[in-house]
This record gives sequence, C-alpha cells and structure tokens, in this order.
Amino acid sequence: MAKREGSRTIDRRVFLKAAGAAAGAAVAGGIPGIVAAQKAPSFPKGTKLSILEWVSFVPASDVEFKRLAAEFGKLAGVDVTVDLINMNDLNPRIASAIETKAGPDIIMMIANWPHLYADGLADVDDLAEEIAKRDGAFYEHNKKVSVVDKRWKALPLCSVPSTWAYREDWFKEAGATKFPDTWDELRKVGTALKKKGRPLGQAFGHSLGDPNNWAYSVTWGFGGAEIDPSGKVAINSKETLEAVKFTVAFWKDCLDEGGLAWDDSSNNRAYLAGTISATINGASIYFVAKRQFPEIAKVTEHGHMPKGPGGRFYNIGGQGRAVMKYSKNQQVAKEFLRWFMDRPQYDKWMAANDGYVVGPTPYWEKHPLWERDPKLVPFKEASRFGRWPGYPGAPSRKASEALVKYILVDMYAQAIKGMKPEDAVKWAEGELKKAYA
Amino acid sequence: MADQRIEPILVERASPTAHAIGAPVAVAIPEARRPSRLGRLLEQEHVLAGVLLAPTLVILALFIAYPFLLGIWLAVTDKVVGRPGAFVGLHNFQVNLADSIFLRAFQNTFVYTFIATILKLMIGMLAALLLNHHFRFKRVVRASMLLPWIVPTVLSTLAWQWMFDATFSVFNWVLLHAGLISQRILWLGDGTMAMGCLIAVNVWRGMPFFAITLLAGLQTVNPDLHEAAEIDGANAWQRFWRVTFPLIKPIMLVVVLFSMIATFADFQLIYVLTRGGPYSSTHVFGTYAYEIAMRAAKLGQGASISLFLFPFLLVVIMFQLWYIRRSD
Repeated sequence: MAKREGSRTIDRRVFLKAAGAAAGAAVAGGIPGIVAAQKAPSFPKGTKLSILEWVSFVPASDVEFKRLAAEFGKLAGVDVTVDLINMNDLNPRIASAIETKAGPDIIMMIANWPHLYADGLADVDDLAEEIAKRDGAFYEHNKKVSVVDKRWKALPLCSVPSTWAYREDWFKEAGATKFPDTWDELRKVGTALKKKGRPLGQAFGHSLGDPNNWAYSVTWGFGGAEIDPSGKVAINSKETLEAVKFTVAFWKDCLDEGGLAWDDSSNNRAYLAGTISATINGASIYFVAKRQFPEIAKVTEHGHMPKGPGGRFYNIGGQGRAVMKYSKNQQVAKEFLRWFMDRPQYDKWMAANDGYVVGPTPYWEKHPLWERDPKLVPFKEASRFGRWPGYPGAPSRKASEALVKYILVDMYAQAIKGMKPEDAVKWAEGELKKAYA
Repeated sequence: MADQRIEPILVERASPTAHAIGAPVAVAIPEARRPSRLGRLLEQEHVLAGVLLAPTLVILALFIAYPFLLGIWLAVTDKVVGRPGAFVGLHNFQVNLADSIFLRAFQNTFVYTFIATILKLMIGMLAALLLNHHFRFKRVVRASMLLPWIVPTVLSTLAWQWMFDATFSVFNWVLLHAGLISQRILWLGDGTMAMGCLIAVNVWRGMPFFAITLLAGLQTVNPDLHEAAEIDGANAWQRFWRVTFPLIKPIMLVVVLFSMIATFADFQLIYVLTRGGPYSSTHVFGTYAYEIAMRAAKLGQGASISLFLFPFLLVVIMFQLWYIRRSD
C-alpha cells in the first residue's frame, strides 16, 4: 500500500498526551474542569439530560456514545438518557418536539437541518467558537450547515463522507494501478471493466444518500450548480448539460443497469457479492468485508471522487448536535457537548467509529486511526472537498426542498431513461425555480 | 339494606295456609326517596343519552375532529416547523397544481387505488367462492389466507423488496433458470414496472380482507335459493350473477369503500419499496406529502397535498353510502 500524501505517522500515546494537554489548557471551568478534577457534581440533584441520536451504521459508535454519556452523567451528577432511533424517524421526531416544545434536550442534526429547524434551536456560538479556537476552523461544509443568520444553531460534530470503494485487483487487470483521478479516466477504466462483466455500481433511485452523492458531486465537478451564490437558479448551463451527457454515457459504458432500482444498501450487497467492481459509499462496505469477507477486504481500496473540469467535490452535509430552544436544561446540554467534544472523549468516540466518521476540524486528520488502516485515508481527506446541497448558495430550506424532491437525481435518472439531456436539464430548471421561488 | 326500614304490613301470601290464617308478616320494602337532582336529570332520556355518548364524542373530537380541522388549517397557511403559519388561502393548492411531481403523484394515486381495488375485488371474490366450498383443511386454508393481512406492512414489504432486488431477485432467478428470460428484469427500475410491482404487493396484502369478508357474506346466502335456481335451469354463472351477487352486493360495497379509503391513503408500502422513485414515477399523495411536510419541514404545503384526497374520498363515501341505503 503506497503511503498517501499528507499523512504522517503519529503515535497514539503522543497524540493523546498532546490532546490532553491542549484540553487542559482550554479548560476554564464547567464540566471539563469537574471531570479533570473529579469534583462533585455542579448541577442540582435530579437534573436530567435527554439526548436523541440515530442508530449508527457502526454499532460500536452507539455503544461508545452511550458509555461517554453515562460517564458524563456520573461525573456531573446528571441523569443522562440517550434514545436511539432510525435516521428516517428523526425528522418527524424533531418536528413534533419543536412544535410541542417538549422532548430531548440535545438532538442530532444531519446536513442542513439546523437551517430547517433554526427557530427551535438555541444558539451555541460560544461552544462552536471555543472549539474552533482550540482545534482550528471547522471545515467549510460543517460551518455552512450549522450557521444560520450568523448564529451557530448546531455544534458541528463530524462528517460521514462517501468515497469510491473499489476492487484494486480488478482495476489493475483493467490497467489502472491506482484509482483514476478524473471522471474521464474513470470512464475509460469503467468501460473496460464492464466489458469484462465487472461494472461499476451507482444508485439513481430515491434513497437518502447514494443518488444525491452522485447528482451533486458530478454536477459541481463539471462546473454546474443548482443555484448561483445569490440564490438564483443556475442549473441550465452548458456545464450541467455536460455533466448530464457524461452521466448518460457513463451509465451505458460503465454502470450496472440495476442502479435505477437500487436503494442505499443495494450497492453494498452487489459489491460484497462481487457483481460490481466499484461504488460510491461510506466505509460500511469495507467494515462488513473485514468482518465477513476478508478476502474482499484485502483487495478493496478507497479512491477520491474524481476531478472534473470544475474540480473535485464531495456532497457531504456533515453532522451536528443542537441544543433545543425549549429545553430547560440548556446549560447542562451545552456542558455535555463541550465535554464530549473535548479531545480525550472525542478521541475515544472517533476511535470507536474506526474511520466511519471524520472530525469537524482538520485537527482530527491527525488521529492515529488513519495510520492504523491506510485504506481509509481518502475518508479522512474527503472533508477538504466537502460541499452542501445548495452550494455555492446557502444550504437553506429551499435547498432542502430541492433535495427532497430529488430534482437533481431525477434530472440524471430521466436522461438515463432516454429523455434528451437538454430536456432533462430544462425540466430540472423548471422544478428548481418553483423550489427556490 | 341500609336504606330500607322494616314495618309490619299485611300482605297476601302465596301459601294457602298463610292466606287462611291472614297473619301479619314483616317484609322489607324500599323507601320511597326523592331522587337527587342529578338522578332526576339522568332520568331524562336526552340527558342520559348525552352523558353516555360524551366519552365517545370527546375521543372523536380529540383524535379525529381536531387533527382533521388542524390539517385543514395548516393547508391554508404557510406553516413551517418552528414558525407560526400565516393564512395564505388557497396558495398551497395553486402551488401543487403547478408542480409536475405533485401532478404525477395525483395521477399515480388514482391509478394505484383503482387498479389495486378492482384486482383485490376480483381475486378476493374468486378466493371467497372457492373457500365457500367444503374441502379438507378448509379452516386451515381460511386462516392462512389472512396471513398477508396480519403481518406488519413494513416487514412484508421488506421481504418483497428482496424479491424485487435488482441483483438478487428470486423471481429473476427462477425465470432465468426456467429459460423464460435471458436477462434480469429490473422490477423497480422503471416507472411503469415499479408501479405494477407496487399494485401487485398491495393486492397481495389487501386481497385476504376482501376474501374473508366476502366469504362471510356468501355464507349468509340461503342454499335453497341456489337450489331453486338450479331447478329452474340456471347455470353456475347465472346463479352467481342473479342470486349470489345481488345478495352480497351491500357487503361488497362496504369492503370496496374501506379498501379504497385505505389504498388512497397508502404510505408504508410505497415508501419502503420505492420512496417515490425512480424519477418520482411512483409517488402518491401520502409519500409526497411526507417528503414535503417532514423532510422539507413545510407543514402547510404538506397538509395541502394530503388534503387533495379529501374531496375525492368524500365523493366516494357519499356515493357508496347513498347506494347502500338505496339498496336497503
């Protein structure tokens, strides 16, 4: 395995020592101080803290999160409960909590949800600025989705990027010694692979993650965008048209024809069954392969989203945690987040995720886990190229509407099904104008 | 008996001996107390009826009327999560009518409902007629018929999702191995095909309700009528069409009414199988309303999509109720 640019070896013990020292320096009181000093709880007896999280795709992540929450509870004398629900159920739960002004004190936010629910979220400016001061500035996408009208409405917690998982052995047989750096190069290799019965795989249905990853990343990669920085719809451009034409050709030459019927788990199954040679996904394919199909894990590598004429882009919404405005325990909630994001705790949680999540600041690119398994390095670097639906405009409510209507995804899907690329782009323009009206 | 007093009175005894003697005996009789004010109130029929109906009315008001009225209110506001909505009249409905995805969902909802209901009725009727005959293990077969209807929709739909999987579909495996197809069918990869699959799963799930209810109706038909028709020379079709069908028509209309309402408002099955894809070709009102109201947090707009159902359902219900009453 070739050592990747930008990565350097760092011993975990040295890292933690440095992390601990930095954390100590940042402590000016509050729970970190209590924890460090093992002092008595600072909150009145009976104080409760309720946290709503998703069921992570990495079970160890949930276990560690709950363990840390319990540890905080013990140290701070707070009764902490963590509820885990499926990602699909988070939106209705958040809506009902905000509307009834009752529910968890801290709720997980995915992508631009802080913009959707801004009126129900408390400001966490102090926390965010404190962490940015300590760990360096947040990645741009983490910041953009969390800041609404110049106020931090959620504390960026991490990102879960998707890169290309690919069969290194099959790519070599097709003449690629490393993952192609541009979309055109990938098309050439993909064409050769499909001819050998090893197509690439990509979903174009209505699942939450994979179809959007393609639609947004490829559009930006070719220089297109749904809106311009001022928010005006700009999809109908020659750049977008090129992206659509490329996708139609890529579909025919390189991709498995099942993609229109796929959901977010179809490509995982197809890859692990050996029916496709590469696909865009989170690290979950690799993790499952390591556990259940070690021979596939051995020949699996990860590659960056290729560059197009417009550059290299990832559609990464990022994740944050929001303190709810209705909460009567806002102070405790903020202290928990401050304590959780403190380096010793966050280090453990990140280690439990084993490369599935990426920290919200470049500081965490130095985490030793990236050295432990170099196959995961593209995930670490993906956030540098991260953007959000709505880019280069704001990740607003309107961007959400365009997203849930799958306008960009359907633009590509309809072109794949035979609609003229020009008509598909025009259709998308019409729909986007309504969404951004 | 705390509220009774004992007093000696003369009563006629059933025993002839006692009657002859005419001896006084002591018996307990209720005191003629004046009823309380509440008691007097409850003695009035309309008051009592009101009191007895009150719990039901409260439940209906809280869980049916309030959400319904709130839904109507939301549909005419620009309500988004976390902000109070302002009245916008019919603006949301106008926006819907200009939305190509909504119009597709509108069309899909009707296609899905009508085709699925007709198929459920036809297959359910056939199954009911078969189950109305005597055969071995009749009870086991009748009970097992209900299984698709009993299993939670999400679970059974996930099983169907596997069967329609683009790569691992069991249908494709069978058809390929039987030599009936040369390349896999993408069951959910094409708009029309995906809609066909959704209807098929809905029919599979809903047909037992038709079959069992119609079977109950068939069992109320007097066999003498069939016998008389047979003697008069009626063939099997004529006996069904002239004797059975008119007798079970009321129950059939009720089943169709219930099924149409449920199918119009279907959500889980479609959301699990296609989520409205590919290219928004399988959205129905329920799935599209959910995406707009929950994932885009536009509660007012989402409510207006859901409420588009209401006038059509109202017409269907009124027509069927009128028809049933007329038949009675």
